[in-house]
Amino acid sequence: MAETFPWLSWLIFFPLVSAALIALLPARAERTIRLWATLASVAELAFALPLWWRLIPGHPGWQFAEHRSWLPGLGSSYSLGADGISVPLVLLTVILTAVAIVGAYNAVEKRPREFYALLLALESAMIGTFFARDLLLFYVFWEAMLVPMYLLIGVWGGPRRVYAAIKFFIYTMAGSVLMLVAILWLYFLNRSVTGESTFALDAFYRLPIAPATQVWLFLAFALAFAIKVPMFPFHTWLPDAHVEAPTAGSVILAAILLKMGTYGFIRFAMPLFPVASAQLTPWIVGLALIGIVYGALVAMVQPDLKKLVAYSSVSHLGFVMLGLYALNAQGMAGAMLQMLNHGISTGALFLLVGVIYERRHTRLIADFGGLWKPLPVFASVFLVILLSSVGLPGTNGFVGEFLVLLGAFRTNVWWAVIAGTGVILSAIYMLWMFQRVMFGPVKHPENERLSDLSMRERLVFAPLLLLVFWLGVQPQPLLDRMQPALDRTLALVRERTAVSERMAETQEPLPQTKEPMLVVPARGIR
Amino acid sequence: MNAMVPPPLIAADWWALGPTIALSAGVLLLLLLEFVPSRPNSSRAALVSLLALVASVIAILRVRDVKRSLFEGMFVHDGFTVFFTLLFCGITALAILQSWDYLKRTRLHRAEYYPLLLSATLGMIVMAASSDLITIFLGLELMSLALYVLVGFRRSQLESSEASLKYFLLGAFASGFLLYGIALLYGATGTTQLARIAQFLGDSAALKSPLVLAGGLLLLVGFAFKVAAVPFHMWTPDAYEGAPTTVTGYMSAGAKAAGFAALLRIVIVALDGVQADWRPILTWMAILTMTVGNVTALLQTNLKRMLAYSSIAHAGYVLVALVAGGTDGASAALFYLAVYSLMNLGAFGLLALLGRQGEERVLISDLAGLGFRQPLLAIAMTVFMLSLGGIPPTAGFMGKVYVFGVAVKAGLIPLVVVGVLNSVVSIFYYLRVTVAMYMHEAHGEPVEVAWAIPSTIAVLIALALTLYWGVQAQGLLNEAQRSVLGLL
Repeated sequence: MAETFPWLSWLIFFPLVSAALIALLPARAERTIRLWATLASVAELAFALPLWWRLIPGHPGWQFAEHRSWLPGLGSSYSLGADGISVPLVLLTVILTAVAIVGAYNAVEKRPREFYALLLALESAMIGTFFARDLLLFYVFWEAMLVPMYLLIGVWGGPRRVYAAIKFFIYTMAGSVLMLVAILWLYFLNRSVTGESTFALDAFYRLPIAPATQVWLFLAFALAFAIKVPMFPFHTWLPDAHVEAPTAGSVILAAILLKMGTYGFIRFAMPLFPVASAQLTPWIVGLALIGIVYGALVAMVQPDLKKLVAYSSVSHLGFVMLGLYALNAQGMAGAMLQMLNHGISTGALFLLVGVIYERRHTRLIADFGGLWKPLPVFASVFLVILLSSVGLPGTNGFVGEFLVLLGAFRTNVWWAVIAGTGVILSAIYMLWMFQRVMFGPVKHPENERLSDLSMRERLVFAPLLLLVFWLGVQPQPLLDRMQPALDRTLALVRERTAVSERMAETQEPLPQTKEPMLVVPARGIR
Repeated sequence: MNAMVPPPLIAADWWALGPTIALSAGVLLLLLLEFVPSRPNSSRAALVSLLALVASVIAILRVRDVKRSLFEGMFVHDGFTVFFTLLFCGITALAILQSWDYLKRTRLHRAEYYPLLLSATLGMIVMAASSDLITIFLGLELMSLALYVLVGFRRSQLESSEASLKYFLLGAFASGFLLYGIALLYGATGTTQLARIAQFLGDSAALKSPLVLAGGLLLLVGFAFKVAAVPFHMWTPDAYEGAPTTVTGYMSAGAKAAGFAALLRIVIVALDGVQADWRPILTWMAILTMTVGNVTALLQTNLKRMLAYSSIAHAGYVLVALVAGGTDGASAALFYLAVYSLMNLGAFGLLALLGRQGEERVLISDLAGLGFRQPLLAIAMTVFMLSLGGIPPTAGFMGKVYVFGVAVKAGLIPLVVVGVLNSVVSIFYYLRVTVAMYMHEAHGEPVEVAWAIPSTIAVLIALALTLYWGVQAQGLLNEAQRSVLGLL
């Protein structure tokens, strides 16, 4: 495709420039700040939407590709590209950022200027992460995301915000530095084989890697992504970060940042190291299944609405991982859909919790009850979103969950059976929560005078509700756009598996550096 | 001994010697100028020092691609020398800009300050430029003696004198070790010239000599002291804390870079043949230095002490590059040293702004509430901290990528894993600074920030370069790679 205008760069840097301009506005002009932040995010949405139509699903390889020299000495280049996997995720990003910005009008009382600037800067980094096809560039965006999110949680968060912010930062960074080592390893491996210094993803896709090496590289990548997802034993940062973050932060965190992990699996960990990935599938699926059930069980007993939603994320992301590792077309497509669905429904759930928190300054389920009476619109919206989250047919959640279960079923029946209990459990904890919050008599007199959703808030939820039904009834256009890219990824996985297995049969591991890993003085003094 | 007539110096040699001449002249001029009365808070000395630095830079840039060996190989002019000369001039210029107002505010404005600063710089340049153990020692002592005095410059403060004394005593010991090491090497090899030592070691029969090993070890001890590598780091926190803040920034960048410059030249030129002997030692030293530095830094409440331990840890990262060895390792070390100097100077420069006349406010808690009151200071501090922690898009990230990259290339994966895990540990205490600034409110009056034009310029330069090299490091990479080519 002969593309003259650098669309992807424009999408990446427009929010950053807007953020910088907003940071220059006078701090007192809160209305102006909100207006400009909203305009910037809506404009970004307008710039991003054409990607949906202009994306050619069957096109092999990258579209809207850009390639510029960045660090020729290292072989790293500024190269971007989009395909059917990244475009839907970017659209999700721009939609939810706009929604989060409008949704935060009243919630952010202190320092809105810095808040919105950071949110927009975060948007830049997120979009960059999805579009990067150079591993060093990817890593730069990946890590750059941490700083704005850290500040959003730490400055505008709840009472334990500092703890949560630091925990979020350290956890994520601990995973990703090992990924950096693996990236460097890959780089030199590629150089020793092809003699070419490059961090380009495409080059690594062509690089045959011995199975033994793959395991280590895969573990390093998978750890970074598993922490981000978060998969079961690495999830402990998530409840803290989600609960303490301001509403907009939770929305972005749940809707987009968690998807970075699963996106990393699809884009990097699985196709680059297919043999290791296949070897470790039992472990990953095991953890995913544990996550599904464990997340659901823990969500069930949460007294705090936000924590409940946070743990439900652990459960839902388990579904995504299960779908990916079913390693068939249905599972993959279901996983991708589920990523988007989770973004929409959990993002909306966090917004809803934020709405009620703004009015009552509590999130404890016990403080509510019978809210349907004073807040009928709020309760209806809540119900729709909640049903989408538990996967009711007709809503978006159903299609994704169904495809994931179908994919899992085709690979291993028991996976589907255990995951199925997760579906049931999620219906239980969600509906039980809804019953306790919305039905029955109004138990607390403070709740009687609550005001229902304002016009602005209805406007915030409108696009999300639209997406819930549209993707629920008509997921085909979306699937059409994703399927070719997913098929290509699957084909790549199979092809590379074959290559690596041939390598393992015919020869010893690739020529690696001869020098000892860690020099130990074995000879003593000569 | 046959009497040799040294070859006459050609024009290029004079330009190559330009920095040493300009700085010596600057020192003398500054001392003489004190006899001419001036206003009490005149900026004359700072200006003269800056001029001397500018003259040095101009001189060295005229012959940047020339390779010369002067004074029978005692002083070499090559890419390595040029790189470090520029680095030291840059460090000193930033330090002067930072000191400009700081000295007046803290009533330290005395005649000796700038001459001492320039002599230390001169010593550093000599260290980087010499390819003979004797000249290296000469440069080292010139630098160290000036720094001992500078550390004790806050004469009225007890801790400053204590720091100076401690630094002096331990430094004198280290110099002793170094000199003894030189003597042993001379005894074993019959020369102090690095190239000849390398030749001698190449003949292998000498390798068995315990004198060589002992001499090499003692040299290492001396330099490990200067670059503050564990277990020879004990002086660092006290000296850094007691010294005037601008001096701390200057020595944390300059003295460390100079120590590494000399060490690099020795390791690469003289000891390249005996890699197997020093590599394990440096490996363990790197691991210890990173780990002890970072873990101890976690516990500090005083920013100067925290940055002192952090600078120890950073010496560990440079050691990783040294262990990787070869031109790759050397250029990575150069790159890292440049980046490290920049961000460390930036951080100390900001610290120097804090507090009213005569008070030092350098506790982490002193930064509370500054985040939104002093946006420039807070943003700059955040960038320096993130850069020190190695978070993109900052220069520190690029430095770590480069250092760990060459180490991965050399197959040192476990060492790299230790390194990156250390940077995770380090980010915890760097984040504490941002936590204090943005997430805590000040108890009582927030700290006063004394902005002045020169220090603001210094902050902006450091900030811009830290971000620029984080986004586009190719220029510096090229420099670092080109500078080490002539070494091997």
